[in-house]
Amino acid sequence: MRKYFGRKIFVYALTFFAAVTINWMIPRFMPGDPVQSRLARASLSNPEASQAMRDYYNSVFGLDMPVWQQYLNFWGSLFKGDLGVSIWLFPTPVTEVIMDAVPYSLGLLLPAILLSWVIGNKFGAYAARSKWLDNTVLPVGYVLTATPYMWLALLLAWSLGIVGGFFPSSGAYSFALRPEFSWVFVSSLLEHWFLPFLSLFLVSLGGWAIGMRNMIIYELESEYANYLQALGAPRRLIRRYAFRNAMLPQLTGLAVQLGTVVAGALLTEIVFSYPGLGFLILQAIQNQDFFLLQGVFLFIVAGVLIANFIIDIVYVLVDPRTRIQMQGGAK
Amino acid sequence: MSLKVSDLRVYYRTLRGDVRALDGPAFTLADGEIMGLAGESGSGKSTLGKSLIRLDGRMKYVGGAVELDGDEVPVWDDRKMNDFRYKRISLIPQYAMSAMNPTRKIGRMTAELLESRGVRFREVREELNRRIELVGLDVDVLDRYPIELSGGMKQRVVMVLSTLLNPSLLIADEVTSALDVSTQRAVAETLVEFRDRRFVKSMIVVTHDISLVYQIADSIMVMYAGRLAEKAPARTIIEAPRHPYTKMLISALPEVGVKYAEKRLTGIPGSPPGLLDPPKGCRFRARCPLASEECEEQPPFVEVERDHYVACWKAE
Repeated sequence: MRKYFGRKIFVYALTFFAAVTINWMIPRFMPGDPVQSRLARASLSNPEASQAMRDYYNSVFGLDMPVWQQYLNFWGSLFKGDLGVSIWLFPTPVTEVIMDAVPYSLGLLLPAILLSWVIGNKFGAYAARSKWLDNTVLPVGYVLTATPYMWLALLLAWSLGIVGGFFPSSGAYSFALRPEFSWVFVSSLLEHWFLPFLSLFLVSLGGWAIGMRNMIIYELESEYANYLQALGAPRRLIRRYAFRNAMLPQLTGLAVQLGTVVAGALLTEIVFSYPGLGFLILQAIQNQDFFLLQGVFLFIVAGVLIANFIIDIVYVLVDPRTRIQMQGGAK
Repeated sequence: MSLKVSDLRVYYRTLRGDVRALDGPAFTLADGEIMGLAGESGSGKSTLGKSLIRLDGRMKYVGGAVELDGDEVPVWDDRKMNDFRYKRISLIPQYAMSAMNPTRKIGRMTAELLESRGVRFREVREELNRRIELVGLDVDVLDRYPIELSGGMKQRVVMVLSTLLNPSLLIADEVTSALDVSTQRAVAETLVEFRDRRFVKSMIVVTHDISLVYQIADSIMVMYAGRLAEKAPARTIIEAPRHPYTKMLISALPEVGVKYAEKRLTGIPGSPPGLLDPPKGCRFRARCPLASEECEEQPPFVEVERDHYVACWKAE
């Protein structure tokens, strides 16, 4: 057990190191100069003042040091929980910018992913044993999975938001309100949340349902199911086994989805101007905000790794086969 | 007489028509008899075995009757068959290695299966333990998952599991084909022991390995192209077969003590007819060296000697 997790943790650490390094490199090797664009925004005419400001910014962001020094400093401050200062929202620290956005992304994606997973699996399992459901769920499921989610988002924003006027189509809450814990604010929050949520929910629903349907059919035709049927076991028992075993690959799929919980919503958040992490990525790129981009990516990497690690643990709990392999006891 | 099958017909539904995989065999099985059911691939031996316990989705019951201990077995009615399954007719499947749910401990799966069939697990627990030990396993296999067992161990567990309720008829479908030779022997002997201890009354051992089944079976029945060719006591089938197909089948077996460096093993020339639209008359006609005009009529399956049945005009 310890050996298994030791090995896992080592792999995760290695992945983390590589991801952070690449993550540090990407913005720095992107074309463009963030300091230059800040200066342009200040539109100074005096070249001396401009030089002074450039020096100031360079030292604030640590860009005046040699590249290797920057890299080491980056790791150093990373362990202190310091991701630098945002260029776009200067002088707000990156951690603060990210922490403001995280609740929106999580609040959008976690329910969308978990609910679509649960409901999709239920639907798929039912579809596998009912012809009528199979003939409806399957085509609808295929259409849904094949739909690009930002397109569905646009469609929803246009039909239910702009034309229908049922839901607001941009922002996380009404501009007339300020965040507080009141009934008005919360209901505005929910109204704004609904459309982006629905678009993400619908698109992944189809995929889960199809996957589950196929897995159940496969399991029901497997040899243990045949054997149980030959011994006259009731369908209930066989279906229970099939459902449980079909859940295992679905669980892996969920892990992958949960890992991308933040990155996945990029386009949805842009369509609905929803101030989550995806929206931040766009802003960071447009404003050449190295530190913010780095910070967001770091957050995503950590998210993927943590989600995978959790699923590794869950898998050990639900699938005895992984437990056996862990002990190296399979003959 | 434990089992009586008369004129059982089971076809496979395909897009091009019915494949007549089982075309009216009629035979009986005595109490305590172990019958080897032999034939090449596509002869209908597995179809016969399956038909007696559960028709799968592609199989279609066309006609015929099955009787077990004097009761009619409703092979055509999947639901009614449940009364017979496991309790009176049981199966050791070909795929015994993967017959158990991989994500349940064997004991728990057994308990769930038994309870679902209305048998109290607690009441048979002791007998289960005894039989697990009888086949040379430790009782703690019940606390393990199937993956923790070797192939041979899984096979033995399935054998115990399948026969736990003392069925009248056991169908063992190619039980030895996935095992190495020494394990094959052990499995075969266990089958005999199960019969001797009256865990099962009679047994049909479906196999293509005549030399193995010869060692355990009381009688051997040979099938060809969906029909019965010959049934006789095991020794008679090997030493004095009457049907030309059986003769060629037996002579194609390697013999102990003969070196095959100089002499080539011979097979049976030709291949069995397609069963989508089988030829009239004797189905072995096209490959038979003795075939003549009268073979255009289907020969009846008749008793030529005591307990020796043959379907051939030339067998007298």
